[in-house]
Amino acid sequence: MSRENRKSKVCKGNTEPEETPSFGRLSRRTFLSRLGATGAAAAASPLLGLAQTQVKQEQAQTPVKVAGVIPITLRVNGQEHQVQIDPRATLLDCLRETLHLTGTKKGCDHGQCGACTVHINGRRINSCLTFAAMHQADEITTIEGIGQPANLHPVQAAFVKHDGYQCGYCTSGQIMSAVALLNEPCGPADADVQELMSGNICRCGAYRNILAAIREVRQQAKQGVTNASI
Amino acid sequence: MHPFELIRAIDVTEAIQGAAESSTAQQEAQVRFVGGGTTLIDLMKLNVERPQKVIDINGLPLDKVEVLPDGSLKIGAVVRNSDLAHHAAVARDYPVLSQALLSGASAQLRNMATTGGNLLQRTRCVYFRDTTMPCNKREPGTACSAIGGFNRTLAILGTSEQCIATNPSDMSVALTALEANIHIQGAKGERSVPIDEFFLLPGDTPHRETVLEPGELITFVTLPPPSVGNKSIYLKLRDRASYEFALASAAVVANVQQDRITRVRIALGGVGAKPWRSLEAETSLDGKTASEEHFRAAAEAALRDARPQSQNGFKVELAKRCLVRALKLATRTA
Repeated sequence: MSRENRKSKVCKGNTEPEETPSFGRLSRRTFLSRLGATGAAAAASPLLGLAQTQVKQEQAQTPVKVAGVIPITLRVNGQEHQVQIDPRATLLDCLRETLHLTGTKKGCDHGQCGACTVHINGRRINSCLTFAAMHQADEITTIEGIGQPANLHPVQAAFVKHDGYQCGYCTSGQIMSAVALLNEPCGPADADVQELMSGNICRCGAYRNILAAIREVRQQAKQGVTNASI
Repeated sequence: MHPFELIRAIDVTEAIQGAAESSTAQQEAQVRFVGGGTTLIDLMKLNVERPQKVIDINGLPLDKVEVLPDGSLKIGAVVRNSDLAHHAAVARDYPVLSQALLSGASAQLRNMATTGGNLLQRTRCVYFRDTTMPCNKREPGTACSAIGGFNRTLAILGTSEQCIATNPSDMSVALTALEANIHIQGAKGERSVPIDEFFLLPGDTPHRETVLEPGELITFVTLPPPSVGNKSIYLKLRDRASYEFALASAAVVANVQQDRITRVRIALGGVGAKPWRSLEAETSLDGKTASEEHFRAAAEAALRDARPQSQNGFKVELAKRCLVRALKLATRTA
């Protein structure tokens, strides 16, 4: 979908394209949409004018312009957010620090623990190892978009029932992984689930209970008791 | 993390031009392509990588796996590891590749990591990742801290006095046994390099890991058509059952006719400075019966030039047994 969007924005035909690109809008001359720059690089960018225009448009929301930040739009849990971030901001940091969606946790910050797991277009990833600005065309889902206290996702309900946590720090990542797993090629055995959950570390060692929770939801899904996918 | 300019490329040619201004495509490159980001962003956080410009190539039309008319397989550079592993043609015709991909990293990382990025993933040597320590790969001429240091997980084949880092990829080991070709596009045009020539041995220039020149972009990987009767397997041995790099691994593609090995391709992982093709082991098995005795001789041949370090001597025997076991599984008739 993202590619289609971009393609549609490439100017085609014999006439010279208008030189008024915006973020995500591309002409033949400015084949690259400059998402971000800092310092002198930003000043040299031919798209600086556009950055200023956007900032102007968004003045109501973002009255302060900070050097080195770029305006981006993220779609998280079905809601669009226009924010200004440092290009270095990972998706994880942007979710937590800018959008204040703190259900997604920072554990190792190096893709080794899985606490930061979110879904991009329905697929689970480590949000600590990707830049937020790379996901402007994506549908991002965090733990806040999975269920609500009064209306838990079947995986969340199963984690509660089977005590699939102790301190809770890894839990949102575990649940995001488990929810995604339901739609992935996964064999029937517990060992298959353990293999596919190995990217989520639980320091408290609640693995047996996490496994029991996932086992139950998979059985329910198989029996048609619940529509355990999002 | 050092500041950088993030650019989204939508056209291969222009992406290449954007990267060609870098003085190198190796360590210290000022311009980097980013695919999944699982290696690059990790190393940028550690200040091991400090690009001034990062070109996001995820929008390039390199995200397809295609069976070509001649039966070969063409894999786009930004195809995700998980998609490649589960692709019907790969699972059916190149199981060694599926198995290698699925044995690597975690489900999340496989959803991010790309084919091109996996080929270019960097060593896990702790000294390479720690900017407070000397490392010839990161800073040429400083020293190799791993020689005499913590080297339990490091290489025993293809190393030099300057560097004993292991190539950590599983996928590249399978691609080596499958005799993949790496297709590269650069400012001077396109070229195709056999995977075994794509990776460079450390020698006196451990900071140079591949043949890539500034601006060059991996666009595709191609695999030869699958041979009738080929069986293939990837066997990975590691400290824990999942989500860990190989201590030793073996990729075997074998064809057995009437109990004779008519063709075999062997690559080892976790033990080499690069994905380790063993022509010695292949030659020793040519025309032989599929027996444990011959497998053991092949393993001896493969590890003959092994140079273990202070902590990784166990890898020599581990790699031998790994290869013997993989050969048994790949030649099993039942």
